[in-house]
Amino acid sequence: MTATTGPRVATAAPRLIYRRPELLAEDSTHYCPGCGHGVVHRLVAEVLGELGLGPRTIAVAGVGCAVFAYDYLRLDFCEAPHGRAPAVATGIRRVRPDAFVLTYQGDGDMAAIGTAEIVHAAARGELITAIFVNNGVYGMTGGQMAPTTLLGQKTTSTPGGREAALHGYPLPITEMLALLPGVAYAARGSVVDPGAIGKTKAYLRKACEVQLAGAGFAIVEVISTCPVGWGMTPRESIDWLRDAVAEVYPPGVVVDRTKTVPVAPAPAAAGSEG
Amino acid sequence: MTRRVLMNGNEAIAEAAIAAGCDAYFGYPITPQAELLEWMARRMPELGRAFVQAESELGAISMALGAAATGARVLVSSSSPGISLMAEGMSYLAGSELPLVLVNVMRGGPGLGSIQPSQSDYFQATKGHGHGDYRVPVLAPSSIAEAIELVPTAFEIAERYRTPVMVLADGIMGQAMEPVEPHFRTLPPCAPDWALTGARGRPPRVVRSLHLRAEDLEAHNRDLQAKFRAIEAAETRWAEEGLTDAEVAIVAYGTAARVARTAMARARQAGMSVGLFRPISLWPFPAAALRDLAPRLRAILVVELSAGQMVEDVRLAVEGRAPVLFHGRTGGMVPTPDEVVTALRRAFLVNQPAGESSFDAETDPLGLICAVGGRR
Repeated sequence: MTATTGPRVATAAPRLIYRRPELLAEDSTHYCPGCGHGVVHRLVAEVLGELGLGPRTIAVAGVGCAVFAYDYLRLDFCEAPHGRAPAVATGIRRVRPDAFVLTYQGDGDMAAIGTAEIVHAAARGELITAIFVNNGVYGMTGGQMAPTTLLGQKTTSTPGGREAALHGYPLPITEMLALLPGVAYAARGSVVDPGAIGKTKAYLRKACEVQLAGAGFAIVEVISTCPVGWGMTPRESIDWLRDAVAEVYPPGVVVDRTKTVPVAPAPAAAGSEG
Repeated sequence: MTRRVLMNGNEAIAEAAIAAGCDAYFGYPITPQAELLEWMARRMPELGRAFVQAESELGAISMALGAAATGARVLVSSSSPGISLMAEGMSYLAGSELPLVLVNVMRGGPGLGSIQPSQSDYFQATKGHGHGDYRVPVLAPSSIAEAIELVPTAFEIAERYRTPVMVLADGIMGQAMEPVEPHFRTLPPCAPDWALTGARGRPPRVVRSLHLRAEDLEAHNRDLQAKFRAIEAAETRWAEEGLTDAEVAIVAYGTAARVARTAMARARQAGMSVGLFRPISLWPFPAAALRDLAPRLRAILVVELSAGQMVEDVRLAVEGRAPVLFHGRTGGMVPTPDEVVTALRRAFLVNQPAGESSFDAETDPLGLICAVGGRR
């Protein structure tokens, strides 16, 4: 841990700089080199661990590359049909008011096939913490256009680049949800560099605390990389994330109603929310 | 003397589910089952239980999946077009082996169809709903009293075998009122050892239907098929009326069986010995019982509120041991007892040795859908 150059140099006390969070399984992931999911998984494991939420968490895995989140996060997990994670989480929440309920979705899952479910879960103000990993493509099926794909971006289903006239405009899900009074907290983080990752962790922590306080629905979007889907090296994908993606999806807190909305006490008894 | 109360089928099914210990209900308004949702909207919160009017049937069945994954006793209801949307969730529930009771109060189709009663979702109910190799037990009550009995039975089957179960009714059953004795059966609470409750003091649990390795998915399918065989062996239900001396048997379920019963009485008054074979579980279909019965009969008449769906299972079951005729109405029209008597008269004209089953189809003079057998 410490480097000593000679007997006269005082030895610093050993300093722990890395530890696998308890909730992160001792396994290497199936994610491609340069993919951001591993970073987000780690942040989720750290935040839930620090808040002591692991033993009461029921998580919902969306469809896409991160469906296998349950192989890496040591939590009770339920698979959802494509796009339906917020509805599945609603069902869990309504019969298990004592649980901590988390959804983990990609942008194809949430922003296309699952728009109805995410909008209405947010509109109901469900006490759910939604994690939305936005890498701008359908990664698992080979890098097709997602609603979040940037204009001009080439994908396997927009080989000439996304054109507004043909394919419409990128969908700012988090800003759209932030309009709804049921949404207590909405923020967008990034995995672009250690500083951004630190901020993303703070957003995730806040989004968990919002649920614990019973304040309403909370969402953290994380703009992330998909080098294989983007046809880039991991290094290039980081540059693209910083220069192009963050321009359209700027990181930061989008809405925080926890100060203006009276915070209701968390429900105490099973079924009391019916 | 037991006090009898007037209830419509939707309300009776809802109350039977509540008595059975239903923890959560998820639904979306659709005619002719809206009274069920409305009943639950009032009663479930009164009891401190979960009720959510979802954004769609996709949402409702997905909410139900989530609640069921935690071990809750869950009811969902809809009508035909809504069941088509719930097909997705049913496949996931079957694949994830989650218990649930789904009520379909059938209306006429295809498409938006009508809001009148129908039995045209028999194929959908018994042959699948969604994708994949799976079966779902289907219970078809023929009266409101029987619906009250079958709802707790549906929950028991769902929990015993970890499977979704469908209760198949139609618009008449859902909306007509009948006097019933309010004997609602209560079930003990369930706390299954697979439920998602938070991984406190135990390894995490995962409720999933995804198995990317072909070997794993085949093994999972083998387990599912073994379960379906066990359900076939233990959960086949049917009722027989007047079959001991019958020359012709009507096979009908649900509302069609009630029309058939009236027709049977009229036919007997006219000297025709007619009985009723009434499947209660549509899957598993009571094929063996029907096969045993067939050689004693001159003919079988299947009556449905459809263009002929269950009739295919009847033909598969009897394997030519008796001629199988069909009478049905579609689009929300209901066969009258007199129509069925007319069809029965034709059935008695079929005087064919058992074992042969070749027919000429001819159009019914009344313009009804009535395939009639005759000697070639």
